[in-house]
Amino acid sequence: MSEGLVWLGTPAFPQAAKKALADTQLRRNLGKATGTIRDKRLRVCAELDDWEQLRDSAAALKLRTLRHLPRYLEQLEASVTAAGGTVHWAADAAEANRIVAELVKATGEREVVKVKSMATQEIGLNEALAAEGITAHETDLAELIVQLADDRPSHILVPAIHRNRAEIREIFRSRMPDAPADLTDEPRALAEAARLHLREKFLRAKVAVSGANFAVAETGTVLVVESEGNGRMCLTLPDTLITVMGIEKVVPTFADLEVFLQLLPRSATGERMNPYTSAWTGVHAADGPSTFHLVLLDNGRTATLTDQVGRQALGCIRCSACLNVCPVYERVGGHAYGSVYPGPIGAILTPQLAGVGHAASLPFASTLCGACYDACPVKINIPEVLVHLRAKEVDAKRGRRTPTVESLLMRAATEVLASPERLRLAQKAGALGGRLVGRGGRIGPLPGPFHAWSDTRDLPVPPAESFRAWWQRTHPEENDR
Amino acid sequence: MSSRETMLGRIRAALADVPPEERPEDVQVPRDYRRSHAGTGADVLDRFAERVADYRATVRLVAEAGLTAALGAALTERGVRQLVVPEGFRAGWLPTGPFTVLADDPQLTVSQLDAADAVLSTAALGIAETGTLVLDAGPGQGRRALTLLPDYHLCVLRADQVVGDLPEALERLDPRRPLTFISGPSATSDIELDRVEGVHGPRTLDVVIVTE
Repeated sequence: MSEGLVWLGTPAFPQAAKKALADTQLRRNLGKATGTIRDKRLRVCAELDDWEQLRDSAAALKLRTLRHLPRYLEQLEASVTAAGGTVHWAADAAEANRIVAELVKATGEREVVKVKSMATQEIGLNEALAAEGITAHETDLAELIVQLADDRPSHILVPAIHRNRAEIREIFRSRMPDAPADLTDEPRALAEAARLHLREKFLRAKVAVSGANFAVAETGTVLVVESEGNGRMCLTLPDTLITVMGIEKVVPTFADLEVFLQLLPRSATGERMNPYTSAWTGVHAADGPSTFHLVLLDNGRTATLTDQVGRQALGCIRCSACLNVCPVYERVGGHAYGSVYPGPIGAILTPQLAGVGHAASLPFASTLCGACYDACPVKINIPEVLVHLRAKEVDAKRGRRTPTVESLLMRAATEVLASPERLRLAQKAGALGGRLVGRGGRIGPLPGPFHAWSDTRDLPVPPAESFRAWWQRTHPEENDR
Repeated sequence: MSSRETMLGRIRAALADVPPEERPEDVQVPRDYRRSHAGTGADVLDRFAERVADYRATVRLVAEAGLTAALGAALTERGVRQLVVPEGFRAGWLPTGPFTVLADDPQLTVSQLDAADAVLSTAALGIAETGTLVLDAGPGQGRRALTLLPDYHLCVLRADQVVGDLPEALERLDPRRPLTFISGPSATSDIELDRVEGVHGPRTLDVVIVTE
């Protein structure tokens, strides 16, 4: 397991997916939720006839930022500092966790309220704080559900997407001491229960920890995009605010937000605008926290930046549209990916953040259908990066002394496809072999080294006659031409 | 070496393919998207009202002469007993009724704010296309907590404060002020990705637009 990314590699995707696929409740929950959000997203995106122009602009802005990242980070540091904030640099998860824990301890507090944040999940901040005797209360409804159930998030935006309302009611009734006895599974009633449960924590909180959706280099303005108001509570009521953000979240200018704030809510929850977006610049006199710390997190991002094809994954604005349209994600859910970043974006981000040798199966967890690329508001070419990472993985294996079964088969295929006569013989052999191993017109599990291939596929047996054989039989007059 | 130097060094090494003479503006950013999707003139106000209503917030358009009465009616209808009014809210707009007015001077405590039923504020501007109010802590808006803790937010906006779309809104906003973009009442999509209104922020939002 890599130290920087939590839960990585337990177990590898193919095994995890097999288990998830057998869970019919999970598939029903995922199918319903992703179906709902897909329809909503398409409706609100279609309202903007310049959606493609906005995507092009966003992609170019991300490219500009990444290519000139040192300059923008230094500029951000200067503007946040000038506005009364303090900037910290964290090269990896351990350093970021240490910085946050020390900042909390310095306040004398033993608990913090948290706004949902992928960066702090990625580094396992809650666990690290717990080890230092500090309790972190998640305040986003879905995060609360996950935290109460001792569960793991399964979606970037909606971490409890794998749970339906009835399951959430059970979690609240068994794990939330102040849940009303007559709690129903109405989403409104569940939201009300969470409101009451967290209210007192918000009112007494002295320290908050958040992530950031964007940070503006030009002005030092940091933004959190949210729905419930738990973000506003955390960003406004405590005395001390600590924000952890990945270095790729910086945007050049305040005006550039006009692109991202049009794209993000529509792509994320299928709304024209999310209920609440908070923007703050350093500290504001007599309004909100009097101390603000911004922790800039690397944790594998600079390594990702080294790969000229793969670096586009750093453009991700965490909308999760690619998860919701992915046929693989819809069937297996987020846990199977073994990473805080599941789905198509997770399949390209996780192996890069974690480094070579980790999460090697994830780039293969895709059908390459391209729906994720179409849905991505910043036009990350996810299929391109998937294929690129697959090639890197295969290249890494190529150097081994004992060749893999796959590489032997590929070598044999090269020989077969090089000659029409060999292909004809192979097709004939395939038709015969297929009928031998096939059952009811399908090919079942194959023996020995071939099972890894046949286990993950649902294949019909080859036809008794190939197209080439049929053509030669029915068009004898063409055969000489 | 500090982590700052380590990280900046790693980034520079990772970007070895970027020519040293390249400037940020050499990476072209196309800007041929629309400045607004909301039309012009009266269309903008109609769009704003329609889009705010989509979030299950109510929108009323009134002439200034009828404003105080409209605000009083809204507060009475919602059964408000304790009303927070931020500093700088125009005295002439303040309605009277069966409620106590709480000023934030000296600063109200969080428990006082939590105990209040409602807040009556102005806003910096409205965004028609997205049905959004933006607050910037200006006169009549107060610090951010005032419009957060009371369960009912009644917001007054002049018609000329409503802009068409986000690009126009950001042009008018000052990033050095604390900004809150509000689109409807507090909501969540966390249960089965279906939106339900009402979690931690105000569960009811009414908007009154002063037309003249």
